[in-house]
Amino acid sequence: MSDAVAPVLRRWEPVIGLEVHVQLATRSKAFSGSGVEFGAPPNSLTDPTVLGLPGALPVYNAAALALALRLGLAAGCTIRRRSRFARKHYFYPDLPKGYQISQYDEPLCEGGAIELVCGGERRRVPLTRIHLEEDAGKNVHGAGATSLVDLNRAGVPLVEVVSEPAITSAEEAAEYMRALHLLVRTLGISEADMEKGQMRCDANVSLRPRGATTLGTRAELKNINSFRFVQKAIEHEIARQARILDGGGAVVQETRLWDGAAGTSQSLRGKEEALDYRYFPDPDLPPLVVDDATLDAARAALPELPMTRLDRFVATYGVSLDDARTLVGDPALADFLDAAVAASGAAGARAGKAIANWLLGDLLGMLNRDGREVAASPVGPAALAALVALVDGDVISGKIAKDVLARAYATGDAPDAIVEREGLRQITDTSAIEAIARELIAANPKQAEQYRAGKTNLLGFFVGQLMKASGGKANPKLASDLLTRLLSE
Amino acid sequence: MADDPEIVWASAAAQARAVRAGEVTARALVDAYLARIAAHDGAIGAYLHVDADGARARADELDAARDRGEPLGPLAGVPVALKDVLVTAGLPTTASSKILAGWIPPYDGTAVARLKAAGAIVLGKTSCDEFAMGSANEHAAAGPVKNPWDVTRVPGGSSGGSAAATAAALCGASLGTDTGGSIRQPAAFCGVVGLKPTYGRVSRYGVIAYASSLDQVGPITRTVEDAALITEVIAGLDPRDATSIDAPAPALTRALGERVRGLRVGLPAEYFAGELDPEVRAAVDGAVELLRDAGAETVELSLPHTRYAMPAYYVIAPAEASSNLARYDGVRFGARAGGRGAGLLEMYRATRAAGFGAEAKRRIMLGTFALRSGYYDAYYKKAQQVRTLIARDFAEAFARCDVIASPVAPGPAWPIGAMASPVDEYLADVFTLACNLAGLPGMSVPCGFTRAGLPLGVQLIGKALDEATLIRAGRAIERGAAPALAERRPRP
Repeated sequence: MSDAVAPVLRRWEPVIGLEVHVQLATRSKAFSGSGVEFGAPPNSLTDPTVLGLPGALPVYNAAALALALRLGLAAGCTIRRRSRFARKHYFYPDLPKGYQISQYDEPLCEGGAIELVCGGERRRVPLTRIHLEEDAGKNVHGAGATSLVDLNRAGVPLVEVVSEPAITSAEEAAEYMRALHLLVRTLGISEADMEKGQMRCDANVSLRPRGATTLGTRAELKNINSFRFVQKAIEHEIARQARILDGGGAVVQETRLWDGAAGTSQSLRGKEEALDYRYFPDPDLPPLVVDDATLDAARAALPELPMTRLDRFVATYGVSLDDARTLVGDPALADFLDAAVAASGAAGARAGKAIANWLLGDLLGMLNRDGREVAASPVGPAALAALVALVDGDVISGKIAKDVLARAYATGDAPDAIVEREGLRQITDTSAIEAIARELIAANPKQAEQYRAGKTNLLGFFVGQLMKASGGKANPKLASDLLTRLLSE
Repeated sequence: MADDPEIVWASAAAQARAVRAGEVTARALVDAYLARIAAHDGAIGAYLHVDADGARARADELDAARDRGEPLGPLAGVPVALKDVLVTAGLPTTASSKILAGWIPPYDGTAVARLKAAGAIVLGKTSCDEFAMGSANEHAAAGPVKNPWDVTRVPGGSSGGSAAATAAALCGASLGTDTGGSIRQPAAFCGVVGLKPTYGRVSRYGVIAYASSLDQVGPITRTVEDAALITEVIAGLDPRDATSIDAPAPALTRALGERVRGLRVGLPAEYFAGELDPEVRAAVDGAVELLRDAGAETVELSLPHTRYAMPAYYVIAPAEASSNLARYDGVRFGARAGGRGAGLLEMYRATRAAGFGAEAKRRIMLGTFALRSGYYDAYYKKAQQVRTLIARDFAEAFARCDVIASPVAPGPAWPIGAMASPVDEYLADVFTLACNLAGLPGMSVPCGFTRAGLPLGVQLIGKALDEATLIRAGRAIERGAAPALAERRPRP
């Protein structure tokens, strides 16, 4: 949170609603057979329908519907069995038909929620709706008075995910975006790469005095085109509105354009200039009917959702909420954990927490250090599971395990093999440890005397010495117990 | 005229039979029509663009194919004219609007492609009211088309060029489009047959949209048989049009031979009331009498919501038109005005101000008003509800009859420039609108002449997807009326 916002939030409560556009990963466009591809030569992905040529007609893409349906079901929306496409009119060169095919009063999905973790707790942000629509093209402003239009993106299928005004901080808005990003990627419905414009965010922000129940006047922020900017842009807007309100002024209802480079926003248009989109049902497209078979198939094909997985990690593995969030946030990590637990045999879920700790600690540290993907880890899930089993079975100590892991990482060898080869197996033979202990006590009579005189914290000194003498292989618990007994003799 | 082979007046079906039989070459047919167009179209103005070279080349290909013994299609060698709202690859397509000046489409519409695949040869593109908005072909960028029976009069609209070309034997047959009567009314005014199929029967892909929920492509022909033949060719499901109906192609040519004995012909009271021209009334009565003579029964019935058809139509059609015409913005195709560096908004304003004619602007404004935020329920939605009531009227009527007969228009073709106001012109469509609003098939069949020698037609309206009954009844009227009509030809 920026310093400017913190004091403001004591007086004002932000109310934020997000409208997020997500490009659906279909092979062809929403209403024509024209292809979809990032970075293709300008205007190469067009046909009469995409170009809005006279006489061309839209025919909806069943694949786009299937993807949107997946998201609607995952977010727990009510699926409208008979939804309609509507035309949204405005003039702009990147909008070939003079209208965008969207959904208006009969959207595909209503209700539902996006679940997330924010401020150390699980939260759910309710949704107003999710609807299908087509993207516009792109205006490319060149030198001088020339502008060029690239219609490759025109007609690409999108879902617009509209939240209720139920987000109460910029941080939560950023978490909402991350959760939605993760959800659509988990569902395989979008790459959702914000840098490529595959996921775009508009934010409606208003402030109200803490404790108030009515909504303040909102401003809509457009053009928030990276994750980094979501929180920044909203915090900036909160600060801007608070300055106005604190100065006794009133917030003007308007649409503002976020300028990421400058870190500020400018007014795009006021309420008076708000466009009248003249929505009406598109007569070229019959109602979109979702039948039982389609719905059942979509439901059956849903993978485990990120937040379901998070809850499972916490409940079954005993992982902390924050660790679970980190794990689930990177499906490769979460998959690694599940695979390692599966490889843990009898220990099963009981090993989960320890595996997670090793994974997020030492292993991830080494991977990050080397810039390696989790999926390319030299220590795979089975190897990590084996390492944890060695510690769990008192075969090696945790300290030795760190070394074993580092060696396994460097060589790709199995932890068991390393332990055997290097003779790292923990000494659990009482007589062997007792012999070392007696030697140590004999060699350090002064410390032994002080211990007996009541300075019992010298036990640590003896344990340390014993571990050192055993090359770290002595079982620390056993060593501690033995030393306590022998020092008291 | 003396040099014209008689076959230019023959039906398209007869021409195709002659071509297939080798009695005439497609090239000879094309050349005969091109000669007639050169000689007579100056007086009529039916064509906006004649593709002489393309037509000759296609004819030669067909003749060569025939010589090689290849099978020829049902419309082999028939030279056809296409209303200029039908998109044609490589041929200018303007919808009679200045705003599309110079646009040469990269693709053929589905109906055009099917016509070509059946062996038809495209002679050229015919004038119409701009974007098919009008009832007299007076709202055309190139100026009005004249009625071949009396060049001081309108040919009807909006498919006036296709109707005039068909009536004056400037083509073997033609295609038009019908949004509120634009095939049936000009067919009646020009003394030819016009069929508007059930909404969704013929693909709208490649039809420049006027009002998408009402537009439908259909044939304008000299005989009922031709209407059947061409509709069979162009009808059927098209995956490119989401509103096209998945139903088996209608067996219309088979219906030609079916008699009308026992057919129940409904006569709606509302269509015979008000300011109906007595000569129209007499001609329609005569046509109904012909059906009765052939064994049909008549049933008096009522379509009470008919009177709301016009107000409902003039909300729905302009609303959809205002949306459909938004794409004409000077950015990608057609004419652009405003000059370089004028700015985007000025380019839009100048392009649309210069490009659209008065009637198109009027309907864009009407429709824009009707769709304004907060007005949708009061106008568009209300009009759609009226539409449901009108469809229900027809459903109840068709429980008691098999086909409905009525006048096509309140009077015959009027003198060019005679309509005092847009509303007067709108009222001329009063009998044809309901059919579109209900999505039903409708047909206009010649049934007589006024004393002044102007053709008159009778309208037949059928159940959804029952074009066959229209063909059957239409053929019966044609058979009965033929002796009286056959010898009459327009003057050019």
